[in-house]
Amino acid sequence: MRAETEADLAELIAGADGPLCLRGGGTRGAEVNGEVVETGGLSGITLYEPGSLTLVARAGTPLAEIEAALEAEGQRLPFEPMDHRDLLGTKGEPTIGGVVAANVSGPRRVAVGACRDFMLGVRFVDGAGQVIKNGGRVMKNVTGYDLVKLMTGSWGTLGVLTEVSLKVLPRPETAASVVIEGLEDGDAVGAMARALGSPFEVSGAAHLPGELPVTMLRIEGFAGSVAYRAKRVAELFPDMAVRIEEDGARVADIWREIRDVAPFHGAPGDVWRVSCTPSDAPELAGRMQADAVFYDWGGGLIWVRVPKGTDLRARLGAFDGHATLVRGSGQPKFQPETPEIAALSNGLRARFDPKGILNAGLMG
Amino acid sequence: MQMPEPDASVISRKAQIVDRLKAVLPEGAVIFDERETRAYECDALTAYKCPPMAVVLPSTTQEVSEVLKTCHAMGVPVVPRGSGTSLAGGALPTADCVLLGVARMADVIETDYENRCIRVQTGRTNLSVTGAIEEDGFFYAPDPSSQLACAIAGNIAMNSGGAHCLKYGVTTNNLLGVTMVKMDGTVIELGGKHMDAGGYDLLGLICGSEGQLGVVTEATLRILPKPEGARPVLMGFDSNEVAGACVADIIRAGVLPVAIEFMDRPCIEATERFAKAGYPMCEALLIVEVEGSAEEIDEQLAVILDIARRHDPVELREAKDAEEAARIWLGRKSAFGAMGQINDYMCLDGTIPVSELPYVLRRIGEMSKDYGLDVANVFHAGDGNMHPLILFDANKEGDLELCEAFGADILRLCVEVGGCLTGEHGVGIEKRDLMVDQFDPADLEAQMAVKDVFDPEWLLNPAKVFPLAASDARRSMALAAE
Repeated sequence: MRAETEADLAELIAGADGPLCLRGGGTRGAEVNGEVVETGGLSGITLYEPGSLTLVARAGTPLAEIEAALEAEGQRLPFEPMDHRDLLGTKGEPTIGGVVAANVSGPRRVAVGACRDFMLGVRFVDGAGQVIKNGGRVMKNVTGYDLVKLMTGSWGTLGVLTEVSLKVLPRPETAASVVIEGLEDGDAVGAMARALGSPFEVSGAAHLPGELPVTMLRIEGFAGSVAYRAKRVAELFPDMAVRIEEDGARVADIWREIRDVAPFHGAPGDVWRVSCTPSDAPELAGRMQADAVFYDWGGGLIWVRVPKGTDLRARLGAFDGHATLVRGSGQPKFQPETPEIAALSNGLRARFDPKGILNAGLMG
Repeated sequence: MQMPEPDASVISRKAQIVDRLKAVLPEGAVIFDERETRAYECDALTAYKCPPMAVVLPSTTQEVSEVLKTCHAMGVPVVPRGSGTSLAGGALPTADCVLLGVARMADVIETDYENRCIRVQTGRTNLSVTGAIEEDGFFYAPDPSSQLACAIAGNIAMNSGGAHCLKYGVTTNNLLGVTMVKMDGTVIELGGKHMDAGGYDLLGLICGSEGQLGVVTEATLRILPKPEGARPVLMGFDSNEVAGACVADIIRAGVLPVAIEFMDRPCIEATERFAKAGYPMCEALLIVEVEGSAEEIDEQLAVILDIARRHDPVELREAKDAEEAARIWLGRKSAFGAMGQINDYMCLDGTIPVSELPYVLRRIGEMSKDYGLDVANVFHAGDGNMHPLILFDANKEGDLELCEAFGADILRLCVEVGGCLTGEHGVGIEKRDLMVDQFDPADLEAQMAVKDVFDPEWLLNPAKVFPLAASDARRSMALAAE
């Protein structure tokens, strides 16, 4: 089934009596059992005011269309959403609704925040077929409860997004990477913490272990400022093998590869993402016995590749954070919750989706 | 503003309730003498006052849990209170409530520079969070203007903002984790030092829920390295339209100032009389502040000044040193105090799309004439968060009601142009009855359904946020269930 308007979708959901599988572009690997409902028909940017840093679009709008509109005005989505297609082997066109439903954020998350931090408003259809709005299109808004945050990252299980409004930011003039070679994981996470704790506004901090380990720190902004800050960041590491990558196009390519988890493209096995206290990351990685890992967000995000069917959560044990199965099956996609939290999640689902039909089972 | 009839059956059990609370709290943590409870009769929305039945001042999460468990079992409403600085009546007690103050919980639990966060008890004041880390070169970004007094508990309840959120975001963008006690006494942990939620974003949901979903006792806050420096520039224009256009052009040019503050003529005149900051007498004044090293500041200010000059400013003043910077900020920071010198005032905080600024200011001017009440505008222009200050005389019969009606019209105007009722102060009781102007019944129902999940008996801060008529069925069901 395919909805062309919000009213269509509301009617369709109100009349549904069995499980529904909600699909934006179908690129993010969230297919559940049930009749497929496509939202791609709800498409189009409905408002874009560059001078107010605000964009409103229907949920099925292709991400590429939004990025092109922003690019034309020298702006961008600050949270740098990843493209899952090459990692998951999915086809299709990523949509803004999919980005929001999955709270997809890239390397810049460590500096500026996640997708949820740039969400200003939503419209959605709940599981009873009611159209509900929350938030709005202005940057500061505390009017009533923040269901915008609740809907962002709820993977369609509390309602089907029909429209989202976002805060956007200027696209910087240029970018550079400070690159350190040869660090062990522990030293690399320490180096990233030092850079992120400096006043030089590092907007990306990733570490790729391997035969020649590489630690990268990204600086963005006006040209003069980038040159100055890259130099100051490099000076934080006088005893290390440091160089500055100044070619803006190459810097963009490298960070796109980190964003899209390119080191795991074409490699076999399950892929997990582990969100943790950054300084815990090397020790946690040690528990994983993984085929490969790399670190983003200064260590706060570990990408992990393990043989098919591995129960990574069992290997990790208890820790501050959570593990999400991004590619693979046989384990719950999301970290099981404590009984107290599960009671709240179940209670919210029971009220927002009383028939239990929206991507049922995906989040517990 | 109407409040629900206090529950006589609760008040009649006061002695018993106080005894039970004393049994679970240390000596001196329960206040029930009417001369003493009066100290808690209002918050910063002083037009409304009502002493609570009793006040409890717990010192630990465990004590908060015991208090809530006790009140839950006895069917007693609880009103949480941070420092009582809410301008919206968020901490206004009812005569049948136990007021739960977190003032005795003000410790720093842990500072962690490696992971750039600090864990505090939520009774700690906003400014003293920065105070605990600034010697090491860090700060906590959200900076509501009450930051000297306001508590982190209240900041989280209201999702407080401040002057610098264009760059740094508001409380919800700087909150990593909390310990929260539900009304039934259950203690839950949300988030931690990691950066995103593993399931639903419950942390995002409770931030800004005005103390209606639980009492937050501890919080892990994101801290940031202090910038190398900051410098403001002041510009004056001969119309609000031009100043508004200048703001939009600065934002479009790719510069992201940390603050863009706007003051209109009535506000400039009042603050100038009071603070003598040497502001130019003009229709609209902007203060734009940027951060970075000296060279970076020069680079950004060059772009900004260039844009400003294209809009024919009547004044353009760059701070050459710290003293000049302080003078530029002096008037802005004294604005509210200056208004207080002239008269009683009511401060609104509706937000509008930045593009609607000139139209909204013109309409407010027209309404000011119709109501016969003066209004001055000072606000965060970068994010459209307005602060119209309506002047009135509290001793004059009917003036408060007139002022409230004017305020309500301004807020309806904000909603009409695509904005909202409140950008950072919260709904509380003040804007409760206007919620129907922004939301349809289904929108409000969805929000109230969330409270049903966290507090099914509607005992926590029950008469706030939602219009009484909308929440009546739920609140009376709770009463009947006692």
